[in-house]
Amino acid sequence: MSLAMMSEQDRKRRRAKNLALGLAIGGLCLLFYLITIVRMGTQ
Amino acid sequence: MPDGTAHSGYVGGGAVSAAGGASVGDFIALLKPRVMTLVVFTGVAGMLVAPGNLHPVLAVIAVLCIAVGAGAAGAINMWYDRDIDAVMARTCARPIPAGRMDPAEALAFGIVLSIASVTVMALAVNLTAAALLALSIGFYVFVYTIWLKRRTPQNIVIGGAAGAFPPMIGWAAVSGEVSLGALALFAIIFMWTPPHFWALSLFRSGDYARAGVPMLPVVAGIRETKRQIVLYSAALVPLSLAPYVLGTAGVFYAAGAAALSTLLLAGAVAVWRDPGETAARRLFGYSIVYLFLLFALLILDRAPAGALS
Repeated sequence: MSLAMMSEQDRKRRRAKNLALGLAIGGLCLLFYLITIVRMGTQ
Repeated sequence: MPDGTAHSGYVGGGAVSAAGGASVGDFIALLKPRVMTLVVFTGVAGMLVAPGNLHPVLAVIAVLCIAVGAGAAGAINMWYDRDIDAVMARTCARPIPAGRMDPAEALAFGIVLSIASVTVMALAVNLTAAALLALSIGFYVFVYTIWLKRRTPQNIVIGGAAGAFPPMIGWAAVSGEVSLGALALFAIIFMWTPPHFWALSLFRSGDYARAGVPMLPVVAGIRETKRQIVLYSAALVPLSLAPYVLGTAGVFYAAGAAALSTLLLAGAVAVWRDPGETAARRLFGYSIVYLFLLFALLILDRAPAGALS
């Protein structure tokens, strides 16, 4: 569906999903960074 | 698909918006957050009472993996059960039967989270905890949801094992092994599950009958269900003392557990005597409080020993 055909509500929903996905990916990067730091520190 | 259930002829949960109608809230709902609360709590309890040490950051990651793994199994369960969810009042507003989410999207979400949670657990914590997490997800999806739920009234007795895994996973995350103490925590939740779910099914039996799910009240009748509730609740009284006998918890836990379990048994007897649904509703509510308090006592009685460093 093109952006022009989407209702304001659909646009908001898509924006929220993109934001959640971005946060999840960011969180995963942080998670792997922390795992690496902690694992290096304990070895 | 098994015969005799609402799965036959099901074509989907209604029209899903072409713009991808599911909201972030719908994806969260797929993870069954209320069930997750109990899973996380019992998992944390398992970590705190286990012998050994685990870095706090890795402990948080382990809890996150347990929560996400449980949620992922819930999402796959909602994908498979979308047909029966649609005909039950308790579940018809879920994202798939309500038509807000494409079933394939829910399945993909569940699979991705399952793999991610097990992989991170293996990389960050240890292989034993990761293997147990994978086993619990697989057990919930394949053994309970796909195999047992629609075939036998013993579905939640055997399937209940899936919900009993979290404290054992937490224990394994800290100690790297599964010992008698961990098995005792597993056994408590395993034995708690039937009275908990059968109390619910006593006042939801119409829902289950409509959906073709052979819950005990539907197949064996109300009287037999109440008898089984009393039997399992009675078995839970000595079993709840196992952590004390095994040295995992102290006298404070033993006294509290004995009192809480006796109250559960009294509630079960009240269900047996009550011709209506009031006692069953009360027992269902109390059974949730019971498990929270039991594991809280376990944490309190072991907290000074502290598993996390």
